[in-house]
Amino acid sequence: MGMLAPGSVGKVGPAIESVGSSVLPRGLGRSYGDSCLNENGYLLSTKWLDKFYGFDPGTGLLKCESGVSLDEILKLFVPRGWFLSVTPGTKFVTVGGAIANDVHGKSHHSTGSFGNSLKQFELLRSDGERFICSRDLNPGLFRATVGGLGLTGVILWAEFALRRIDGPYIEMEAVKFNDIEEFFQLSEESVHGYEHTVSWVDCLSGPGARGIFMRGNNSARQEPDESRRAHGPSRKTMPFDAPPFLLSGPSIRLFNFLHFNLQRKKVHRSCIHYDPFFYPLDGILHWNRLYGKRGFLQWQCAIPKTGKKRALTLILQEVVRGEAGPFLTTLKEFGDKPAEGLLSFPIPGITLALDFPNTGEKLFSFLDRLDRIVADFGGRIYPAKDARMAPGMFSASFSEIENFSGYVDPRLSSSFYRRVGGK
Amino acid sequence: MARPAKILVFGATSAIAFGTAKLFARDGASLYLCARDEEDLKALSADLTVRGAKEVGYSVFNALDKGSIIRAVDDCLKKFPELDGLLIAYGTLPDQGLCETDIEEMRRAVEINFTSPAIILTYIAGHFEKKKQGVIAVISSVAGDRGRQSNYVYGAAKGALTTFLSGLRQRLGKSGVNVITVKPGFVDTPMTAGFKKGLLFVGPDVIAKGIYRAVKTGKSIAYVPWFWRIIMMIIRNIPEKIFIKIKL
Ligand SMILES: Cc1cc2nc3c(=O)[nH]c(=O)nc-3n(C[C@H](O)[C@H](O)[C@H](O)COP(=O)(O)OP(=O)(O)OC[C@H]3O[C@@H](n4cnc5c(N)ncnc54)[C@H](O)[C@@H]3O)c2cc1C
Ligand SMILES: NC(=O)c1ccc[n+]([C@@H]2O[C@H](COP(=O)([O-])OP(=O)(O)OC[C@H]3O[C@@H](n4cnc5c(N)ncnc54)[C@H](OP(=O)(O)O)[C@@H]3O)[C@@H](O)[C@H]2O)c1
Repeated sequence: MGMLAPGSVGKVGPAIESVGSSVLPRGLGRSYGDSCLNENGYLLSTKWLDKFYGFDPGTGLLKCESGVSLDEILKLFVPRGWFLSVTPGTKFVTVGGAIANDVHGKSHHSTGSFGNSLKQFELLRSDGERFICSRDLNPGLFRATVGGLGLTGVILWAEFALRRIDGPYIEMEAVKFNDIEEFFQLSEESVHGYEHTVSWVDCLSGPGARGIFMRGNNSARQEPDESRRAHGPSRKTMPFDAPPFLLSGPSIRLFNFLHFNLQRKKVHRSCIHYDPFFYPLDGILHWNRLYGKRGFLQWQCAIPKTGKKRALTLILQEVVRGEAGPFLTTLKEFGDKPAEGLLSFPIPGITLALDFPNTGEKLFSFLDRLDRIVADFGGRIYPAKDARMAPGMFSASFSEIENFSGYVDPRLSSSFYRRVGGK
Repeated sequence: MARPAKILVFGATSAIAFGTAKLFARDGASLYLCARDEEDLKALSADLTVRGAKEVGYSVFNALDKGSIIRAVDDCLKKFPELDGLLIAYGTLPDQGLCETDIEEMRRAVEINFTSPAIILTYIAGHFEKKKQGVIAVISSVAGDRGRQSNYVYGAAKGALTTFLSGLRQRLGKSGVNVITVKPGFVDTPMTAGFKKGLLFVGPDVIAKGIYRAVKTGKSIAYVPWFWRIIMMIIRNIPEKIFIKIKL
């Protein structure tokens, strides 16, 4: 994979022209699978497309180049009383990457996904044409590019809404639940009244699937010291790969047991900084070493509302039966706001993410079984985190794929797209 | 040392210059940007304004066009008669192989990296001398510390620039103006896009912080990161007899 890194917006077109094989735009490479890779072709890094164009405090609209990271935005705007409308679980992603995967976060039920906060962007096609895209201007390209996996052109800049905050803290509540019935109850009662919700599930404890439901709101608590309003640099480093015994079934069970039982009370209230609340893993450099030398695999699905309980129960049963214990399991209910993109991942219903230590073939066939459950219920797998789903699974779950392929730029491609049947 | 409040930047699109301008913008300084491309200049002006710069102006210029340099300086001084800071950051890393056979390529490399900054400095020195305060920072390179077969044309131009700055520092020091020679090592910027990034590479923001600190502390020669001072001391002290036999 060659790497192109144009120094400014005007140099992107010539950079694509200068090479013969296919090109894929690249942000910070925080996607887990091969959707940000382009074997035998080029990656076009947006690292020098890092300029802010303007901010309107009246509307909260921020306009910036696509290589600007969420980390930079927070550093600059949190001290001024603004936050992202939508943020994924890491701040080390670019605006371009946030659009191309139409990322979602803990606020999905109240804000929708990143595309919902987006007003417009400019797209450069490999033939040199540039299109401003919004819901009114070139709406077809707009819908294809949001969640479009970088295949429709290079996003040069984008304009999207920030939201006002009172301060950098989150008033948060952690509530224990003992089975998925209780989870759905908590989720329902939290839709209104809590901006952010997410749950951690201990799915190895038995068929019940107990866990901790976290919900929070921006706190009115102020931070008088301006330098401490935005987050600081990552401090802790995972210095070595975790040894295999830490990743075995019993250790994972013990870890989850402790996590559940260390919280003594049913409800625990606290007021914490946004950094550990939204970005717990960003605080540890090289956190992926936790998963040992072979790394790990993430599997994330979304399942429509109808049948969500049944599907979740079946998946969790499968997980308890399987030997590949997931280290970390997160569960969240998506809201009803329709996503903007033809291939946007979020749908009204639930999303479940499982992190597995990578055990190779055995894990793959196990995940194929989970895929089948997801397919039976009309759900889908998140391309941003996928390295293995079968082509049939992809085309069956994203019904707009035909329509989408008409917008794909002939010079752009990715390992992911070719793997699931595209060009 | 007082921080400059109005700063002229030649080569504003360079990644190192942009990193440095961001730090001064955060302090609320005013900036006047010069670069080759107007679209880039607009983007940069908007960015630095968002980051807190008080006022931003710009001019298009090309290092190979003396007229455009004079015009840019004049326009800047019209807008900011109180100018008290100057950063010269542009440069090119020529293809050494080509420079060994192509006289024009060699001449261009010297003109961009040495002659044109010397023109800017010659034209603007009087302003600082009269003002009797301010700071001038110019990006040279560790490559100017000793000629090496792998890049001696670039190195010679930067070496000449370092020598020029040393003399200018003596002259302007008498008027209370500090001249800073910035000597970066390997920096990950568009200039080094084709290089394999080894352990010695740092990001442009590291150099930017080094320049910012040098300005504030009144330093005059800044190796960034600092360890390049030691590396270059060793390289400078290798006896010529041995030096001609090794590859560097
Ligand atoms: C710890 C962690 C937690 C995460 N949590 C979440 C989460 O809660 N929710 C969620 O949705 N995701 C989550 N993710 C995934 C991550 O948000 C997405 O993969 C995101 O798209 C990565 O952005 P990036 O800048 O790294 O882009 P990359 O990974 O480099 O690229 C992602 C896609 O964007 C395209 N792209 C990038 N820039 C442009 C551009 N300028 N123009 C056109 N296309 C472009 C690429 O071609 C590629 O298809 C998480 C990832 C990590 C590592
Ligand atoms: N990167 C390193 O490893 C390294 C090491 C030591 C010293 N340096 C020095 O650091 C300085 C900044 O470079 P950088 O690393 O930040 O690289 P960069 O981002 O590639 O910047 C180079 C700059 O030079 C400008 N330029 C080139 N030719 C020009 C011309 N004829 N007229 C006007 N401007 C011209 C470019 O303008 P455009 O944007 O219009 O192309 C660009 O702004 C240079 O002086 C370089 O020699 C760099």
